[in-house]
Amino acid sequence: MNRSPYITDAPTVSTIMFKVLLALVPGITAYVWIYGGGILVSVTLATLTALTAEAILLKIRQRPVKPYLMDMSAVVTAWLLALALPPLAPWWLVIVGTFFAIVIAKQLYGGLGYNPFNPAMVGYAALLISFPLIMTKWPAPLLLAEHPLSFMDQLHFVFSHSLPGDIKVDAITSATPLDYLKTQLMLKHEVSSITQSPIFGAFGAKGGELVTGAYLLGGLYLLQQRIISWHLPTVFLASLATISLAFYAIEPNHFANPLFHLMSGASMLCAFFIITDPVSGPTTPRGKIYFAAGVGVLTYLIRVYGGYPDGVAFAVLLMNMCVPLIDALTQPRVFGHK
Amino acid sequence: MSDIINFASNLIRNTFSKKATANNSLKDIFKFNGGVHPAEHKAESTTHPISKLMMPEQLILPLRQHVGHMPKVKVQVGDYVLKGQMLAEPEGSVSAAIHAPTSGTITAISEQVIPHPSGLPDMCINLVPDNKDQWTALQPVDWRNTDKKTLVDALRASGIVGLGGATFPTHIKLHSNGKSNVHTLVINAAECEPYITCDDMLMRERADEILKGIEIVQYLLGAEKCIVGIEDNKPVAAGIMTKALAASSTIAVKIVPTLYPSGDARRLIHLLLGTEIPNDKRSTDVGIQVFNVATVLAIYRYFEFGEPSISRVVTMTGNVAVPQNFEVLFGTPLNALVSAAGGAKTNTTHFIMGGPMMGFDLPNDLVPITKAANCIIAATPDLFAAPPPAMPCIRCARCADACPVNLQPQELYWFAKSDNFEKARDYNLFDCIECGCCTYVCPSDIPLVQYYRYAKSEIIAVDKAKEAADLARERNDFRLARIEREKLERAQKHAERAQAGKNEVKSAEIKPVDDVKEASAESIKTAEAPASTDKQAAIAAAIARAKAQQLAAANSSDISAEKVTVLPTAPETKTPEAKITEAKTPETEAAELKAKQDKQALIAAAIERAKAQKLAAAQAGDAPKNITNVSATVQAEINATDALREKAKLAVEAQVSKSKESD
Repeated sequence: MNRSPYITDAPTVSTIMFKVLLALVPGITAYVWIYGGGILVSVTLATLTALTAEAILLKIRQRPVKPYLMDMSAVVTAWLLALALPPLAPWWLVIVGTFFAIVIAKQLYGGLGYNPFNPAMVGYAALLISFPLIMTKWPAPLLLAEHPLSFMDQLHFVFSHSLPGDIKVDAITSATPLDYLKTQLMLKHEVSSITQSPIFGAFGAKGGELVTGAYLLGGLYLLQQRIISWHLPTVFLASLATISLAFYAIEPNHFANPLFHLMSGASMLCAFFIITDPVSGPTTPRGKIYFAAGVGVLTYLIRVYGGYPDGVAFAVLLMNMCVPLIDALTQPRVFGHK
Repeated sequence: MSDIINFASNLIRNTFSKKATANNSLKDIFKFNGGVHPAEHKAESTTHPISKLMMPEQLILPLRQHVGHMPKVKVQVGDYVLKGQMLAEPEGSVSAAIHAPTSGTITAISEQVIPHPSGLPDMCINLVPDNKDQWTALQPVDWRNTDKKTLVDALRASGIVGLGGATFPTHIKLHSNGKSNVHTLVINAAECEPYITCDDMLMRERADEILKGIEIVQYLLGAEKCIVGIEDNKPVAAGIMTKALAASSTIAVKIVPTLYPSGDARRLIHLLLGTEIPNDKRSTDVGIQVFNVATVLAIYRYFEFGEPSISRVVTMTGNVAVPQNFEVLFGTPLNALVSAAGGAKTNTTHFIMGGPMMGFDLPNDLVPITKAANCIIAATPDLFAAPPPAMPCIRCARCADACPVNLQPQELYWFAKSDNFEKARDYNLFDCIECGCCTYVCPSDIPLVQYYRYAKSEIIAVDKAKEAADLARERNDFRLARIEREKLERAQKHAERAQAGKNEVKSAEIKPVDDVKEASAESIKTAEAPASTDKQAAIAAAIARAKAQQLAAANSSDISAEKVTVLPTAPETKTPEAKITEAKTPETEAAELKAKQDKQALIAAAIERAKAQKLAAAQAGDAPKNITNVSATVQAEINATDALREKAKLAVEAQVSKSKESD
């Protein structure tokens, strides 16, 4: 029987996923530095939940557990979700979100390779809709906090939701710049005066922009390793920058500048780690361009006109829905065909 | 839009990839999409010059060593043959001759296992050499002073086929029909598959003969220029060829980057000339013809010395003591070649014919070397590890990036897996060249090419079954028409006989009259005349009906019930019937008429029954009825295609379940 080719040279799925995790390490490091070690608790909790949920579901679905757990895709989902949640999210929030992402968004659709929606974003969206208050309360970066919490304090807070001494929960949290900008704009303040607030840094959130920069670094590593194609991040960032520049150029007092949008919220995480999920994204080069441009535009519109501070999750999910259509309409020309 | 994407893509690729920079020096090369760069493993087998083998004890010559019809055997068991004597002559246009590679005795003509992916036995001629190696009378041709047509016709008897592996009979590629418009000859010396070095060594050692071969082919094709495409991993061969061809003003050597599958004819043409052969055309349609470097050398040897195709250069490499190239007589058992290369090392598991990207497993080490055998690799699990169990497709589209045809392998995989063959065809499954690049780069280790092979065989089987069903339907229609016609003929005969009987009675009545004979003869004549015209009319009507039915069947595969009923009823059997009755009426006895009418009624009823059956069949869907009615040969064909399909399906299923089990 003809079973050629006999040779292959490709990174395995686990290698690819492992490199994605590796690329997240700079971001997590910056995160720990800015917000404290609490995020490590979330990441660990999410990882354990994801692996457990995946193993149980594989067992129920009578699939081999070991090779599928070893593909590391569940861990990638867990890390991305944990990084998208507020740094001091309560333990149950992390578990519920991860469980939803793995069980509902991934395994119930057929597991790896079959999920039409980005599992991490489904988990995030479910939490955002269910627990909007917790999801929009972010702790202030350590350097801005009145009462910087130690790692043990943060650990304690995650599991018991109580703080040492007489510190109130409100005292350690503040609105994110995206959120603050939106509410202040509604109060008819101007962008230039709003950004005078201490929570704003040079480009985006004070401190937060460092994390964003670290994601960019990790993303460049993925590009260099050819784990992701250049189409998606480049076009997403370009489209986000273009639309924000257009609005900014018309009315600089009402709209933040493009750099702010690129360096705030989940922009970089989205550009290099979320829309680059191959399973729920398009496969054709042209399709990737349309997809990423769509996510960029939708993200901006939701940020500026939507009900939520950041629009990445919904933008990605909305564009996930269009993927079959995009793929069908963007088939490249086959060699020898007109 | 796509230009911008390509430009940006190349820009980024060049910044991030180290490989790309090495190729920047190559000018005038028109790159195709994708391609892969596997480890070459070519150095191992190029350290020794091309060697000859000892004469084996027996040669096994498969009759089918080429694409096309099996040639007709011209010898019998026990015949003594000379080296170069034709053993089988080509039959039909696409066929190639088989010659005796040495002198000796024919000992058997029987089915034996041949080196073919199917592993099925095929007709072979066994020749036991007498070790005298005595040539038959050879007839060299002075090709410069001979008519092109004569030369091409002579090639038909040469047994030369494409030696690059495609084994297409060469004389057909040179056949011009007198209006050859080929302007460019491309010599394929890319040899892009890993391990294979036979063309490399041939160019190093016999560049002068290759040059002469090119000149002959150029002359035969009327091609003004010729480009020899060589990959840049063969600098020695390229240097020698450039030097040998330096004197010629029409032949040029062009170095192409080492990138599998640049040796694929359509890819090579694009690389060298920037011409993209339309998918539904041949390269000759745009004035380009491609020949393998070994093939032009064989053509030279044939015209210059009269030597037919009896041997080729084969790379024996992989897990053998001394990997090298050999000049091997066709029919040489594989084990003779292996032992000439110092024998296979102990951990050798099996042998692969061809390269590691497109080759196939040989069933054993006794199969003969054929015209298609460019390379034999002794395989071990170290060299070619069994693929790990396949993981789900993660749609990473690396396969699409690697596909030299710019297909979307991940989509084709989904369609093939879900037996959605129509969709697979829509996504240009049949443009797939099965080069294996997609499987090579797949992170999930999915045997993609197997899925495409399966889908292709399935589609072909369905098409064939449909063709067979159409044929059967046609035959059935003819059969029904014939039955009807025969019935009418019988009725006609009865009518005639009755008529004749009546005439006799009549003539007996008027016997006393003098001119009896004349009168009776006349009356018989008049009676006969209308009868015979009636018969013709009936036959014509039946034929017209059959034709109409056929037309209807051809027009619509799902014949609507109305169509079938309307068409046959239009001419109606009444016409001949009415005529028969008319023919009878002039002089009738009541009783006879009644009997005849009864008979006619019976015939009409039978015809109506047949019609009703046909109608029912049409309503029930014509396929089943036709299949029940097909002849034995057609049924056998359908069974065979069914079996083939089942086999292909089982094979893929086995592989899939195997990979599942090993999880």
